Amino acid sequence: MVELVLFVIFGLAAVFGGVTMVWARNPVYGAMGLMLTMFSIAVFYVSNSAHFVAAVQVIIYAGAVMTLFLFVIMLVGVDKAEDRTENLPVQRELALGLLVLFGAGVLLAGRAAWTTGVGIAGNPVNGTVEAIGDELFHKWLLPFEVTALLLIVAAAGAIALAFFGSGEDPEEVEA
Amino acid sequence: MTVTPGWYMALAALLFVIGMSGILLRRNALVMFMSVELMLNAVNLSFVAAGRELNVIDGQVSVFFVMVVAAAEVVVGLAIIVAVFRTRRTASVDELSEMRG
Repeated sequence: MVELVLFVIFGLAAVFGGVTMVWARNPVYGAMGLMLTMFSIAVFYVSNSAHFVAAVQVIIYAGAVMTLFLFVIMLVGVDKAEDRTENLPVQRELALGLLVLFGAGVLLAGRAAWTTGVGIAGNPVNGTVEAIGDELFHKWLLPFEVTALLLIVAAAGAIALAFFGSGEDPEEVEA
Repeated sequence: MTVTPGWYMALAALLFVIGMSGILLRRNALVMFMSVELMLNAVNLSFVAAGRELNVIDGQVSVFFVMVVAAAEVVVGLAIIVAVFRTRRTASVDELSEMRG
């Protein structure tokens, strides 16, 4: 019963945040809507007993990623109003039709068989730090190390872009 | 009335569609990027719900890898947007048309 109430409240909040992000003219409002969606998804993780993932969601997404987004929105400037004229001929109509088709396909597939594989008769998962760490450092050790490499490459790439990004006017770089 | 993992998957599909509409309908590179994040979050939610249904923890481990890739993608993507903005003074993807054939 508690889960149902949580699902309804935060499901509405998540959808509202997502629609706000797409609809809002001001990107800062969009970022706030996305933040609301991410907090709601963290609540859903807790409902699905993925406690550690919920904590990571709040710290990484709502904390780090959205702060980075807000920094860049401030840097790029929010006052430049985006004109809503669509340059491609039938992009809007095609996009809406595609979205309706996709939603209908998901609903049809969901009604037919929404989960693949057979349910494994095991204990219900409990996403504690211990359980996830055990899995991560035994079964998924090599992918884990590869993601470390990926993060280093991404950080080095971002620094390289920041330093050498504007090749035409190097005197602007030092700012 | 209990909330089955299917409900979470339906909600994840709805959020994914909302994110996709952001990609298709908006022209601001930052908003498009946030839409990508929303789509990744929706997929993460369905991973966790499926892991709960199947009683395996691999769903939650997958969420970690998706989060790492998303973080790397955000770092590089925002750096590219800032670099483009420095030279072109715009964040609209419609105005970046030098490579038009």
